[in-house]
Amino acid sequence: MSLALTPEERAIATGEAGEGAAMAMRIVAESAKLLGAPRLIPIASAHIDGALYHGDSGTLFAERLVEGGARVAVRATLNVGALDLMGCSRVRLEEPARGMARRMMEAYRKLGCEQNWTCAPYQAGHRPAAGTDVAWGESNAVAFCNSVLGARTNRYGDFLDIACAIAGRAPDYGLHRPENRRATLVFDVSNLPAKFLKSEIAWPILGNLYGREVGNAVGVMAGVPGHPGEDALKAFGAAAASSGAVGLFHIADVTPEAPTLAVALGGLEPQATIRVTPQMVADARRSLSTAASDDRIDAVAIGSPHLSLAEFDRLEALINGRRLRVPIYACTGRHVVWELDRQQRRTALETAGVVVVVDTCVVVTPILPDKPDGVLMTNSGKFAHYAPGNTGYAVIYGSLADCVESAAIGKPILTDFA
Amino acid sequence: MSTTQAEILVSGKPGSGPGLALSAPISFWGGVDPKTGCIADVRHPEHGLSIAGCVLFLPGTIGSSSASAVLMELVHNGRAPAALVLHEPDAILLLGLIVAREMGWDTPLALRLDRNRFGAFAGRQVTVEADGRLS
Repeated sequence: MSLALTPEERAIATGEAGEGAAMAMRIVAESAKLLGAPRLIPIASAHIDGALYHGDSGTLFAERLVEGGARVAVRATLNVGALDLMGCSRVRLEEPARGMARRMMEAYRKLGCEQNWTCAPYQAGHRPAAGTDVAWGESNAVAFCNSVLGARTNRYGDFLDIACAIAGRAPDYGLHRPENRRATLVFDVSNLPAKFLKSEIAWPILGNLYGREVGNAVGVMAGVPGHPGEDALKAFGAAAASSGAVGLFHIADVTPEAPTLAVALGGLEPQATIRVTPQMVADARRSLSTAASDDRIDAVAIGSPHLSLAEFDRLEALINGRRLRVPIYACTGRHVVWELDRQQRRTALETAGVVVVVDTCVVVTPILPDKPDGVLMTNSGKFAHYAPGNTGYAVIYGSLADCVESAAIGKPILTDFA
Repeated sequence: MSTTQAEILVSGKPGSGPGLALSAPISFWGGVDPKTGCIADVRHPEHGLSIAGCVLFLPGTIGSSSASAVLMELVHNGRAPAALVLHEPDAILLLGLIVAREMGWDTPLALRLDRNRFGAFAGRQVTVEADGRLS
């Protein structure tokens, strides 16, 4: 089926609304052709991952849109950039890259995007209604938006996200279509101990395993005893979307499109059921760590996705007034830092040895000290996945409680579970 | 020499270069250095080879949402392949060419061809015409 554009879309693509809008419309239309989409559909909002600096060409593209008079047509929030604009942490990005990264962030502001700079926009007030079509980038945000909010998005990559936001349209394809949102696989965790399933550490580990087992198919998790809370689902989606191309997951009795297992499956039999065993969980947990030994750590990093205020509450309770021997890099958005500052809590955290990282995070830009044999401890399945390649640090994976305890005494503590 | 007609995925500038057929799928983000065009993924069988100036045959791609940014950066730095030949279209990767073309930069052609036919071109000089013919 070939792509049919409306007369209005064709007029925009040929420059009726300015060269910037034309460029955006042509990019959306060319992508739709490659995807085999028959038409474009209107979108209600966008979340833009394209403002992270990978090289000068991305900056020049954003500035070309600005010069062409383009503006976003729908609400558009911004994912992390390469700099901490709030100045809470020091980013070791050198000139000229630093200047180009700043110009890129500035260009996206001029296009009318909201300055959220967070990978958890859904906890910063951007929550599209269930069933609405949106164009979101950043894999964890895509997974959360589809799965937990029930809004509809594909995994929008760099450039296409902003092009859709300016055009106000997206290709009618993939997860925008209800028939592609049905689960075809069951990920059954009912054989796992209830104590494990209720623990905080369960979610990133299960997410990592789910991503590898289910990949880009749509699955439904069965056997979960009640709603685990939004931060647990956030951690699950982030881990799943970094170990596999997961854009949408369902959890029976928990997520909006899975009021029951049968509804999530669309009344059909699953193609396969993955019965998760304690051994699979133990293997997944081990695979998240890459450090050769458990005898030292140089830093702890938390907050991928960005920490919520509730997660800071828990961090403070676990630190419990102690002074840390190893720094904890706590990545978050300005929506949380403003609240911490309003309640005068940030200074105490920083005095204890927490480095609050805002607008960005430790795996997308150089913040951690340059240390060839460094060891990083984390409770994030996503940090565990990307830190070795992007920072050079080996990883030890543990719960938040173990991360804080390890930072406090200066060496890794790992509690056995289940 | 015989010629093969391939389907055009993204039109661009005709080119020629040594045929490089990768033996495993690759993720451009994290897998290819955007400054040099060298394959940076240490686990990839062709690690260390450069894709710059080659007619690059891709048996598969691993989708990262930033693959397009890496390909566009290669074009901008003059380190892109002379042409890309894909077994399957990858809309995110090819978006890098679409956007680079919008920027007015010279972009290589992207073609679709069954990976079983890559062997005929690997390791020798390959010419790609604007109409999608490979020889």
